[in-house]
Parts: sequence; C-alpha cells; structure tokens
Amino acid sequence: MSTTHVLLGLLASGPKHGYELKRDHDHRLPRAKPLAFGQVYATLGRLERDGLVAAAGQERAAGPERTSFALTDRGRASLDEWLGQVEPPAPYVSSTLLAKVIVALLAADADRARTFLTAQREAHMIRLRELTAVKTDPAASLGDVIAADYAIAHLDADLRWLHTTIDRVADLYREVHA
Amino acid sequence: MTEEPLLSARGLVKSYGKTPALRGLTLDVAAAEIVAVTGPSGCGKSTLLHCLAGIVRPDAGEVTYRGQRIDGWSEGARSRLRRSDFGVLFQFGQIVAELTAAENVALPLLLAGTGRREARTAALSWLDRLGVADLADVPPGEMSGGQQQRCALARALVTEPRVLFADEPTGALDTLAGEQVLGHLVRLAREQSTTVVLVTHEPRIAGYADREIALRDGLRDPDGLGAFGPASRVAGAA
Repeated sequence: MSTTHVLLGLLASGPKHGYELKRDHDHRLPRAKPLAFGQVYATLGRLERDGLVAAAGQERAAGPERTSFALTDRGRASLDEWLGQVEPPAPYVSSTLLAKVIVALLAADADRARTFLTAQREAHMIRLRELTAVKTDPAASLGDVIAADYAIAHLDADLRWLHTTIDRVADLYREVHA
Repeated sequence: MTEEPLLSARGLVKSYGKTPALRGLTLDVAAAEIVAVTGPSGCGKSTLLHCLAGIVRPDAGEVTYRGQRIDGWSEGARSRLRRSDFGVLFQFGQIVAELTAAENVALPLLLAGTGRREARTAALSWLDRLGVADLADVPPGEMSGGQQQRCALARALVTEPRVLFADEPTGALDTLAGEQVLGHLVRLAREQSTTVVLVTHEPRIAGYADREIALRDGLRDPDGLGAFGPASRVAGAA
C-alpha cells in the first residue's frame, strides 16, 4: 500500500497535523497494517520536501507544538493520478497456499496431505467466522465492514478453490484407476 | 454438547427411488445454536433439512425434537409441529404473489387461529424489524428479490419459532442483498434465541454460523474435505 498517497488522501478534506493523520488512518483503515507515528512524520517530511504538502500553521494545545500540513496543488495532482491508476490484479498464482496444496497433493504421503488440507480449511473457516462476527457487530463502522468483506471474499475464494482442486484430483484418480 | 440437544438425528437413511440421499447420518443441534450444513450439490443437505423439519419422513433412523421422536408422527401431527415450533425459509421465498407483504407475513398466524387485527399488527412489527415496513401494502411482484426474501424471513419468524430451517436462503440473491438478509436472520435469531439450521454450499455463508456440519454422499464429512475424504485417492493421484 502507498502510505504516501493514503496520507495525501486523508489531507484532501483539510489541513491536519501528524497526530490527526495517524488517528484518521487507524479509523478509516482499521484492519490495515499498523502505521507508526514515526512513519507518519517521516512521510510528511518527504512530502513537504517534494512540494506535495506545505506547512499550514502551528497548534499548541496541552502537549507539544504541532505543525499542520495542507495539500498543495501538486499534491492534489499526485493524488488524482494515483487514484486514476488501475491496480494490477493481485498475483495469487504465487501464493504459499497454492504451492503448499500442490505439493501436498503431489506428495506420496496421502495422510500428511490430508492433514494439511483439513487444518488449512479449518483455519480458513475460523478466520471467516471471526471476520463475519466483526462485520455483523452492530458497532462496526463502514470501514470495518468493507475491510472484513474484502478479507472474507478472499478466504471464500480460497476455500472454493481448495474444494474444486480436491474434486479435480479425485476425478483424475477415478479416471486413472477406472 | 453437555446439555440435551434440542434437535437430533440418529442413523438417518433416505432414498429417492434407487438414489440414496442420506446414508445413516447422525448429528445433534443445541438450543439457540446456529449450525451450517454444508457440502456439494447432491450431498443430502436439503434432504437432511426436510427430515429434521418433519417435511419428509426418513426411511430409517430417528429424528428427536425436545426429547420426543417425531419421525414416526403422522403428517397431521408433523404439520402442527411445523406451524407451532418451526419456521422454514427456502431459496425462493415462496411468498404468495396475490397477497401484500403484510398479508403474507400474517398468514402463519391466521392459520394458527390468531385474529386478523392482531396478526396484521405482528406482521407490521416483523416487517419493521427487517427494515421493510414501507412495503407492507406492496405485492411481491413490485419488490426486489432481497425485499421479497426479507418478507419471507419475516413470515418464517412471525410465529417466533424455536427452530428456523433455512435452505440456501440467499442462493437467488446478489451478494449485498444476500448479506443483508443473512445479517437480519442471524441478528434476530440471536435476539430471540432461535436455533437455526442453515443449509448452504457457500463458505462465506457458513461463516455466519457457530458451527459447520459438512456432508458428503449422505454422510458426515468429518474433515470437510469432500472428495478428498478417502485418503487412498490422493496417493493414486500423485
């Protein structure tokens, strides 16, 4: 994920200081990889150096003085360009799950393959239930629901593919041994 | 399961002609539990639901509900049990085209002898809980599939059944409409402590349940791996 462009996106609604950006990030993308404060300030420093954001004022509440940053025209253009770019479909063909299932199916030790597939399926189902509980919680925000939907759709696809693969292998076995 | 199950099956066998659908299936469902019955097409999921709900009688085996064997009951007795204790929701809501949403939802109460006004009040309350109160006087033909299925769910729940049987309840809906119906179903079941037997072939839908009972060829599939069950098949495929 591009932290740079996510921060630019969070600044689109108005100037914010680093602490607000970190808080907004965690609120809007609750299941994203955690973003450290240090990373927020380092990214803001780079964005300011490149002219994508500019200091927009100082604020001192109870704590230390904080600098607010605003999106510049160049920053907005960079954000628009990023939003306009189509993301390449994720390269799932290189996933570890695929590699393990193929190796498991090819392995002569059928019991070991079966043990792996059973455990993998169960792990997927447990995660699916956890995520379903997250998104059906009455307190879930739209961000929670969308993030859970995204993960659930991928787990669901993995499980369907796992079943189809298992059925294909069984068919092949029946043909070979008919 | 430490306490006595609400619903159980022991050695259920059911065939259609020479085709076996259930081949000695055994399971228990606890009160207030939401169970997903999963498996590929033809594995016996719907037949199991029909046997548990008393819609069809098994050829052999036992179905026990609240400690009583119901599989040998007459059609009339099973029908009364369905009306008093069970709610059923199918893939296609099977709501009556000539009636409005409120009339459809009130129907089970009217059949049970509830007065017309009281039945309508209850129907309106359930339509409201499912977010379709504004469709009370609309006929099904003017509703979307998701709206029709919400009405069908309201109708299945209006008698406040102890057990709700749902057979692929979102199978005919797009993803979002299906999610909304299922979200309502699970929320209301939890609120009412209703036991749910949910038949589905979709992992995503099974994720709404507390537990999964996977079937394969009319039997329990203990590891849920379907065709992969017999280990010998894999060795030969290598």
